Amino acid sequence: MTNVLLEARGIGKRFGGVLALKDVSLTIRCGEIYGLIGPNGAGKTTLFNVFTGLYPRDGGEVEFAGKPLQLDSPHRVAAAGIARTFQNIRLFGNMTARENVMVGRHVRTRAGVFGAILRSRAEREEEAAIRRRADELLHYVGIADRADDLARNLAYGDQRRLEIARALATEPQLLALDEPAAGMNATETAALRELIEGLRRDGVTVLLIEHDVKLVMGLCNRVAVLDHGEKIAEDVPEVVRANPKVIEAYLGTSAH
Amino acid sequence: MGWSVKHKLGLVAVAVALIALPFVLAMAGTAWVRITNFAVLFILLSLGLNIVVGFAGLLDLGYVAFFAVGAYVYALLASPHFGLHLPFWVILPIGALVAGLAGAVLGAPTLRLRGDYLAIVTLGFGEIVRIFMNNLSAPLNITNGPKGINLIDPFRIGDFSFATTAGALSGPIKYYYFLLIVLLAVIVINRRLQDSRIGRAWVAIREDEVAAKAAGIDTRNIKLLAFAMGASFGGIAGGMFAAIQGFVSPESFILNESIMILAMVVLGGMGNIWGVIAGALLLSFMPELLRYTVEPAQKALFGRMLVDPEVLRMLIFGFALVLTMRFRPAGLWPETRHRRELDADRK
Repeated sequence: MTNVLLEARGIGKRFGGVLALKDVSLTIRCGEIYGLIGPNGAGKTTLFNVFTGLYPRDGGEVEFAGKPLQLDSPHRVAAAGIARTFQNIRLFGNMTARENVMVGRHVRTRAGVFGAILRSRAEREEEAAIRRRADELLHYVGIADRADDLARNLAYGDQRRLEIARALATEPQLLALDEPAAGMNATETAALRELIEGLRRDGVTVLLIEHDVKLVMGLCNRVAVLDHGEKIAEDVPEVVRANPKVIEAYLGTSAH
Repeated sequence: MGWSVKHKLGLVAVAVALIALPFVLAMAGTAWVRITNFAVLFILLSLGLNIVVGFAGLLDLGYVAFFAVGAYVYALLASPHFGLHLPFWVILPIGALVAGLAGAVLGAPTLRLRGDYLAIVTLGFGEIVRIFMNNLSAPLNITNGPKGINLIDPFRIGDFSFATTAGALSGPIKYYYFLLIVLLAVIVINRRLQDSRIGRAWVAIREDEVAAKAAGIDTRNIKLLAFAMGASFGGIAGGMFAAIQGFVSPESFILNESIMILAMVVLGGMGNIWGVIAGALLLSFMPELLRYTVEPAQKALFGRMLVDPEVLRMLIFGFALVLTMRFRPAGLWPETRHRRELDADRK
């Protein structure tokens, strides 16, 4: 019996006259890797942005960890336990790798202006803990040796890892990865796959948007397929792969 | 962190030099001590603006408004205008608080704006404050309009006044020491903020606001905090300005001053406290040096004044900024993060 972590019901989103998401419902269970695939423009990233509070939704409800999720501001979503990465990596380029991860601890720490100015004991202890945790996470994603490098000087694959480390620093129950393998070569993808499997072993639930169908099919417990803003399938990878609607969405109707 | 003997000796040397400085300057004339005091005021202003522009990356073209608020708070609470004569240690915190509130008031409607648009709104805000000071003389005379407020109390602790000469300690020298203490405090506060949870959040917003939000930063509150913190430093500097001058009027708080403070931050190196200090020193001493060198030089060469030093000042000033932007776009002394990166390139 697996618990439901996130349940979305009837999510809609339109941009002017374009209906980007049409009544999308899905259920993510605790501890699984949930794949979200679909052709370009299917609405995957839009759904992501709605889940993480970046776009206001036009209808629908999301329940997260048994409570209704406030989707009005991203930092509240992060506080509730959903962290994300971006399709086009968004790091704090002029901060070091360690500082990037330390920023991720913001939402789980408290020190304010006066604590910082007075360097109170509580503030110093918290600051040391933030630093320790950041170093642990850099180690966890395998870039501990780059801790003092500026984020924008890291190699592409390392930047992806750093973004994941920053997201993990917020102690998420659900980690949402937006095309983490985009632009990666085979070796980097294999390493990424190991990292994501490690996350699952460590109890983090993962929502994965990916173009690399092989990666998704090999990695995910369940997969949902979006096409033109609608969910056309949701099941274990083997079933989804055989679904005629999915084949049609990817290959077109004239395929035979 | 450990301090080596060399560091300690260096620190002692700097301290001795800073303590001896006003007496050396006084030999060249008390005017130089005054000039130095104003330079320190500008350092304070630059460090305040650096929080907003350098750390949080919010372009503010109306910063002088907070300087004005601090100055007027002091003037109104310590002058015959309202007959109030509160001691300065009461007024300075009030001035910081009022200026901080003004900063939040400016920040609130501009939260969604960035770059050029933010610059325009802040520029307007600076002008609004100045125009208010200019016109709040009727029907109820609050600011005394363009005439300004006169006979402002100097700092006083008991019978010890900062305005009078006592032995070798002239008024400006006393203020110099006071300013130096405030400056040290502000530098410590700035450095501590920079390396704190809040400081990291500011830089994160500067680097990528969307990513900062997604990483769990309440960008609204953190930006307001940057505006308020920066403004409160401006308010403290304003209070000291009013006391040192003994007189405030709206014309001290024109747009040019905002631009000048911003130029100090940008020229020195946005985000780096020491760079900002260097920029402020350079730009506040340059006009005075010109005044004292250009005039005699022209008289000696041509027998009369050809170019007014004021004109030359703007020319050199503009030229220096263009050169800086062309050859050192991150400022003369950029933020360490940038320098670290340059070092990495050299390897």
